[in-house]
Amino acid sequence: MQSEQQLYQKMIYQMWLIRFFEEQARDFFMKNKMRGASHLYTGEEAVAVGVCNTLNKDDYITSTHRGHGHCIAKGADPKRMMAELLGKASGYCQGKGGSMHIADLDFGNLGANGIVGGGIGLAAGAALAAKYRQDGRVAVTFFGDGAINQGVFFETANMASLWKLPLLFVCERNQFAEFSYTDHYFADPDLSKRAIPFNFPAFEVDGNDVLAVYETAQQAVQRARQGSGPTLIIANTYRIMGHTIGDPLDYRRKGEAEQWLTHEKDPILRFEKWLTQQNILSAVDLETIKREAQELIQQAAQFALQSPDPILSALWENVYA
Amino acid sequence: MHKEERVSERICEYREALNQALLEEMERDPAVFIMGEDVGRYGGVLKVSKGIYEKFGAMRAIDTPISENGFTSIGVGAALAGLRPVVELMYIDFACLAMDPIVNQAAKARYMFGGKAKVPIVFRTQGGGGRGNAAQHSQSLEAWFAHVPGLIVIQPSTPKDAKGLLKAAIRNDNPVVFIEHKLLYNTTGPLPEEEYVIPIGKADIKRSGSDLTIIASSYMVLQSLAAAEKLAVEGIQAEVLDLRTLKPLDMETIAASVTKTRRLLVVNEGARTCGYAAEVVTRVYEELFDELDAPIRRLTAEDVPIPYNGALEDRALPNENSIFQAALSFFR
Repeated sequence: MQSEQQLYQKMIYQMWLIRFFEEQARDFFMKNKMRGASHLYTGEEAVAVGVCNTLNKDDYITSTHRGHGHCIAKGADPKRMMAELLGKASGYCQGKGGSMHIADLDFGNLGANGIVGGGIGLAAGAALAAKYRQDGRVAVTFFGDGAINQGVFFETANMASLWKLPLLFVCERNQFAEFSYTDHYFADPDLSKRAIPFNFPAFEVDGNDVLAVYETAQQAVQRARQGSGPTLIIANTYRIMGHTIGDPLDYRRKGEAEQWLTHEKDPILRFEKWLTQQNILSAVDLETIKREAQELIQQAAQFALQSPDPILSALWENVYA
Repeated sequence: MHKEERVSERICEYREALNQALLEEMERDPAVFIMGEDVGRYGGVLKVSKGIYEKFGAMRAIDTPISENGFTSIGVGAALAGLRPVVELMYIDFACLAMDPIVNQAAKARYMFGGKAKVPIVFRTQGGGGRGNAAQHSQSLEAWFAHVPGLIVIQPSTPKDAKGLLKAAIRNDNPVVFIEHKLLYNTTGPLPEEEYVIPIGKADIKRSGSDLTIIASSYMVLQSLAAAEKLAVEGIQAEVLDLRTLKPLDMETIAASVTKTRRLLVVNEGARTCGYAAEVVTRVYEELFDELDAPIRRLTAEDVPIPYNGALEDRALPNENSIFQAALSFFR
């Protein structure tokens, strides 16, 4: 059993890992070392870290196209993640998935997903499997406030509640759906109401407050493990880096993103401030943790750069089991 | 006394053969379960899952709301998490509502996750026309699924094949689209009494002949066999090759047959353009051109939505008579 201090250290470390990972990903992308598209989780770290720290290793998650943060928070190795971004054979998907398809089945991570909302039903299926086997596991599906308008959300919400599946719907309300503000698309912007017709609870939480997220997720996980069914968590946050790397962001209100990077709003700076105020960690401790995270990401980048490409015959491998 | 060494068989309906496959596999492996609309308490709209709810209970015979995208996704997620779901899509037309979990998720997970995931799921569904169900309940969409890398596609024509292939599909670690035909459920045929499994990817010669090969699957096999009887009266011996598995395609059995008969007619109930017949024709031209004595012919549905009116529907789909005429035209 880890102490609160250990938990907080792990949380701030993971948040820095995610922040540095995304900075490195952006750098690789701008240097044309990555292909396709990549979607950064910068500024939303508290959601993944807060939720995943309430889970056991064998609990399930499904992630999104903006998935690096969930992956790290669920225990993935940043080296193999970074190698995947560069399409290398040592990557999680042997270079065949890329940024949008990292999965780590050994840690219950059923994968990022290139289809918006595509993971919602899959997580409910994992929750069904847990209930079927009575193994006490829970499943979490992370998705955004764009995905919450997909039909599969409503279909899954109904079945998850009907069958009392051990499932957390975690909506990361980062305020954007691709290249639009999501508030253009809600007939009713109160997303917590989306659980009401399906008869399960919803909690709205400050998604940039890692402890608030953690505590809310804990309640939902407990409810799930008790067999009481799903919970919807609306975690309010902000998408700092745009939809993809290279997004011109000309649709965004000027000065808005900067407000979310202040000591009052940035989830990492806020948590650091709280930790020092509570005398849990000193400024020196925090600096050490930050540097460790930065070093691990630098090592991950080196590992990725030095790793070989897949051999061509891998093209035909693993189409079928 | 011991003269009759042959396997003991009994006559059985296609529907019952499928039912037996489900019951046996669920008995054998506790990870196997069924889910879909009315598959539990009601026993399935075509009674394929009759008795399963009573025997295995609600957790292994899951009645779902009419939410094809949702429950198919849930099935795929359960497969990723280690179970072996058999998801029923009541009509193949309804699979249109579940294309994301089938095509984007189930078919891709293993490859795009670098070989670590397994998706052992069967999508049991039912297609084809001939019963006046009109445009949204009569399609033959097998070519769509056969087009997707990562999926296996099966279309059994007899009770024996239906049972043996469904058992193989359930035991397979890949997503399988298992397509039954609405006009086959009441058909009967011999079923071995002892347990058996039919390997995926093996075609079957349903009738031997020397003059031409007719390649078909599903209900079109029955129509081709009937046409072959008429051709025999004309002195033409048609070989009827039942594909059974559309993906992967058994080119070995096709090559042996075409090399023998040197003439090929491909029959498929799907629409003509980009249909499954086009794939078979192309493969034979690419690999066996020198074995052919005549251009290949293909017989498919017309490029129209399936109409309701009986005479119009008859004209839209291949049948015994059009197969007979197409085969005869090689020789006249």
